[in-house]
Amino acid sequence: MLKELEELKTKAVSELDGIDNLGDLEKWRVRYLGRKGSLTTVLRGLGTLSVEERRTVGAVANELKATLESGLQQKQEALKTQNLVDTIEQTRIDVTLPGYPVSIGRLHPTTRTLREVCSVFSSMGFQVVEGPEVEWDYYNFEALNIPQDHPARDMWATFWVDTEGAGRSRLLRTHTSPMQIRLMEKTRPPVRAVVPGKVYRYEATDATHEFMFYQVEGLAVDKGITMGDLKGTLFEFARRLFGAERKARFRCDYFPFVEPGVEMAIDCFVCQGAGCRLCSNTGWIEILGAGMVHPDVLRRVDYDPDVYTGFAFGMGVERIPLLKYGIDDIRLFYSNDLRFLKQF
Amino acid sequence: MKVPFSWLREYVSVSLSASEIAQRLTMAGVEANLTKATRQSWDKITVGQIMALEPHPNADRLQLATIDFGQGQSKVVCGATNVRIGDKVPFAQVGAELVDGHSGKPVRLKPAKIRGVASEGMACSEKELGISESHEGVLVLPADAPLGIPLADYLADAVLDLEVTPNRPDCLSILGVAREVAALTKQEMRLPSSSYEEAGPEIQKRVSVEIADPDLCRRYCASLTEGIKIGPSPAWMQQRLTASGMRPINNIVDITNYVMLEYGQPLHAFDFRKIGGARIVVRRARAGEKLTSLDGVDRELRPDMLVIADQSIPVAIAGVMGGADSEVTEVTTSVLLESANFNQVSIRRTSSGLKMRSEASMRFERGISPELTVPALWRATQLMLEIAGGTASKGMADVYPGKKEAKVIRLRTAYVMQLLGLEVSQEQIIDVLVSLGFQCVPAGSENTAVTIPYWRTDVSEPADLSEEVARILGYAAIPTTTLSSELPRQQVDTRLSFREQLRDLMVAAGFQEIITYSLTSQHKLTKAASAENAVHVANPLSTELEYLRTSLRPGLLTTLAANQKYEEGGIRLFEIGRVFLGRGSDLPDEREILGGVVSGPRGELSWFGEKGQSDFFDAKGAVESVLSRLGIEAEYEAGGEDKLRSGRVARVVVGQTTVGIIGEIHPRVAESFDLLPQSVALFELDIENLLSVAKEKQGYHPLSRFPRSVRDIAVLVDVQVPAKKMLGVVRSVPLVSQVSLFDLYSGRQVPVGKKSVAFRIAYQSDSHTLTEEELETTENEILDRLAKDVGAARRG
Ligand SMILES: [Zn+2]
Repeated sequence: MLKELEELKTKAVSELDGIDNLGDLEKWRVRYLGRKGSLTTVLRGLGTLSVEERRTVGAVANELKATLESGLQQKQEALKTQNLVDTIEQTRIDVTLPGYPVSIGRLHPTTRTLREVCSVFSSMGFQVVEGPEVEWDYYNFEALNIPQDHPARDMWATFWVDTEGAGRSRLLRTHTSPMQIRLMEKTRPPVRAVVPGKVYRYEATDATHEFMFYQVEGLAVDKGITMGDLKGTLFEFARRLFGAERKARFRCDYFPFVEPGVEMAIDCFVCQGAGCRLCSNTGWIEILGAGMVHPDVLRRVDYDPDVYTGFAFGMGVERIPLLKYGIDDIRLFYSNDLRFLKQF
Repeated sequence: MKVPFSWLREYVSVSLSASEIAQRLTMAGVEANLTKATRQSWDKITVGQIMALEPHPNADRLQLATIDFGQGQSKVVCGATNVRIGDKVPFAQVGAELVDGHSGKPVRLKPAKIRGVASEGMACSEKELGISESHEGVLVLPADAPLGIPLADYLADAVLDLEVTPNRPDCLSILGVAREVAALTKQEMRLPSSSYEEAGPEIQKRVSVEIADPDLCRRYCASLTEGIKIGPSPAWMQQRLTASGMRPINNIVDITNYVMLEYGQPLHAFDFRKIGGARIVVRRARAGEKLTSLDGVDRELRPDMLVIADQSIPVAIAGVMGGADSEVTEVTTSVLLESANFNQVSIRRTSSGLKMRSEASMRFERGISPELTVPALWRATQLMLEIAGGTASKGMADVYPGKKEAKVIRLRTAYVMQLLGLEVSQEQIIDVLVSLGFQCVPAGSENTAVTIPYWRTDVSEPADLSEEVARILGYAAIPTTTLSSELPRQQVDTRLSFREQLRDLMVAAGFQEIITYSLTSQHKLTKAASAENAVHVANPLSTELEYLRTSLRPGLLTTLAANQKYEEGGIRLFEIGRVFLGRGSDLPDEREILGGVVSGPRGELSWFGEKGQSDFFDAKGAVESVLSRLGIEAEYEAGGEDKLRSGRVARVVVGQTTVGIIGEIHPRVAESFDLLPQSVALFELDIENLLSVAKEKQGYHPLSRFPRSVRDIAVLVDVQVPAKKMLGVVRSVPLVSQVSLFDLYSGRQVPVGKKSVAFRIAYQSDSHTLTEEELETTENEILDRLAKDVGAARRG
């Protein structure tokens, strides 16, 4: 019987070695370890033996069972691993194929710029407000020191809206400055706000002129606000938008609703001030107009100019991406060619 | 305004280069670009150098100069005493065209023998070059002038091309600019000479002047010169006029232009013999009056226009243009020279009404001072006598009803410091202001009484004076500080953040943002939406841009059509912008709308295969996703309007409020926008309405601790039964936690007129694990209600 077991062991182990798939392994298990399997049959035959023999043979048989079971387990593991390796090998893919397309849109470059500009000023305590695009002559011109027949009106070519009956003159706002008046009419100082929005100019379009564009207006009025504060605010803005190494400067300029009035320029970021085509060889790029709120404007909204001072500024929004990306035609912005828009 | 640098230098000493001057003027508010004057005839004139000087053998006051002119050397006779060996000078070869130093007439240089010595060429004075009247000596050029190059290349007069802002009419003159340069470079300025002999009779005996409408004419001055001779003006004057962008005409007209450029005061010359009754009346035009202006056009005059009339008829449109009849011509011998001050608004209206903007009207409409009339008239009369001869009457006619005292401003030093944020002393302030011609009288250490010079019509406030201080000291002097004042109370505009959230959601939903013109055509509005209540622009650029949009559709559809040419895949566009609804004579209602369009294949072209063409449901899906993210529960009600395709349009309703519309555009509309023949789905949401129904998220629904069961139900139902109704029935049954309609089918194996609809339903309780019996009962209840409410029968 021991001999029988020895043969069984040799046979089972050698068979197990030759198995290379889980199906055959299961058959092997049934053959040797199953309910009707060889080893089970041997174990069942133990009853016919003497007590002495049963102990000896039983011990050997149990040991054999343990050997076969552990062999089975190891084989199972090995085959599973092999299987997984095979599956992985067989299911390789071309990882350079394009992925499943997920459509994500894009914001218009003007929107992105507006957000950038407004967030800089928001962080300095300026609140974002908006105003109407169709305005009264009063807010767009008169209240800003630009009366009827004033030569400065030539600075803003205007789209007029049909006047109904005896109604007052209406126009498409030529700048965001009317909100200066609307804001101050509504509140008492301190005022600190920026006004983004569309403006319109009665101008034929070309590469550098568009009849509709965006501006951001800024206004701060309180006791003790100085031109130095205006410089500080705008120079910081320029550095945040165009880079920390940018230099900025003011030069005297004229806008009827500020006094003194200035124009701010930054040093050219293409030639670093040496002079190039972008900056018309001046080394400087104009980016906005600004100044101290004119005393007449303050008086008009019942702010005492002996008590309060303030500054205002206004900038064209498209000019920023035009400069940053070297775009040479402003008409690209609102003709909405996706080949352009998808670059932002 | 073009300022030849040589002219400027006559009234202010300039030690800096022209480009440095241009830079300083620009920084101080007068934008200056540097250009070069074009010279007509400096042919054969080059930069030469004096190599040797020796006395003329036959004349004490002449020298013989050996001049190297690059291509060779030449020995010339020279009368000037200001040259030394080594000097660089302009050298004219034989054949060069010059201005005769004595007669002022153009001459061609010939070989000459002067006192027996041959002279081949000439070293030139400024006058001979036509640069100025100076004939004192030879023009000595800077030592670094390159030998032998054409003088035109080296000496072309630099011209400052100024962009003068509307507030500075004083800078529309050489003298005004000279004054700025003097202040900016700490130099004294000089005034032109303007004295002359008044040899004629008293002017009052020859001419009478009356201002009938003093509201439109503050001052009228005139001089009378008789016996003049018309001819061309001298070369130096023509040269300067040309360099300043004006065309020389004759000596009298050129003088009026020359003095206008020099002083900023427009002048007008009348042929005195054409002034009826020797009488000037400044008055409004009478109804029906006409005038043939200098350009030969017959002008109808309106009664609000100011004219210069003689005893009976208008002879000029005041400040705008003269009349042809009283024009100075070749036969004119007596000139009445007008130097007057006209109302700026009147001039602006008249000149723009007649479309005759001129150098004169431009100066008047910016508001020049009546004090300017007299100095300009003196100067012009002096030049006339000098150039055209004749005899000036004694005195000048001067009617001055609009005289005002010079304005005095009390300026506090502390105010200037506070406004500018700059430490500045009273002395510094006074220095700056005096350099610009303001008179300053200190009143204690804190205040200064500042008298405004007449030419600075733009200054009326302490703030204006502060600007003078800042621009002359330079803005770089102002320290850079940060706002230190109190932060205003922030009132958050929820509409703005809501709108920006919508933008981000649309982008996440795969839509490209566009921004289109707010102006469109009546045609496009009518086609796509409605032109009713559209606001009309009185002066449109074109009929394509004539109305303010009442809908975003024209922009969206036009953009879609334009891009279909280039895009292979589907296109998803959105815009957030205002539409304008007219409200009579009031400002229009500006409503902010979110609009979008979807068209073409779903998704991008991909090797994963196609997913069909987008349609209504793509637009709806986007709207649903966006609204659900905003916590808005909307209903979609079939039906809408006729620009959208019937049967494929739904109103978006929240509670009682219609917040928008979704639909496919009508094929006829698509056609009129040149869109490809494929479905175009569109949606529009009114942002304000949307915001009014969007609620702040309140609390949250706790997660159930008990398992959920998921089962499918398929039913057969009449095709007309809307999905919304079935979903409503299913949702109304207790224990149903979620329903998805996941299959919809009609066709084979489904009876005609019916559709098969399958729902995947999740059941869950917050209090216990559902039993098999409960699930069974609930499912049966769903089927019962579906049968009762929509006539559905369980399928299979
Ligand atoms: Zn540059």
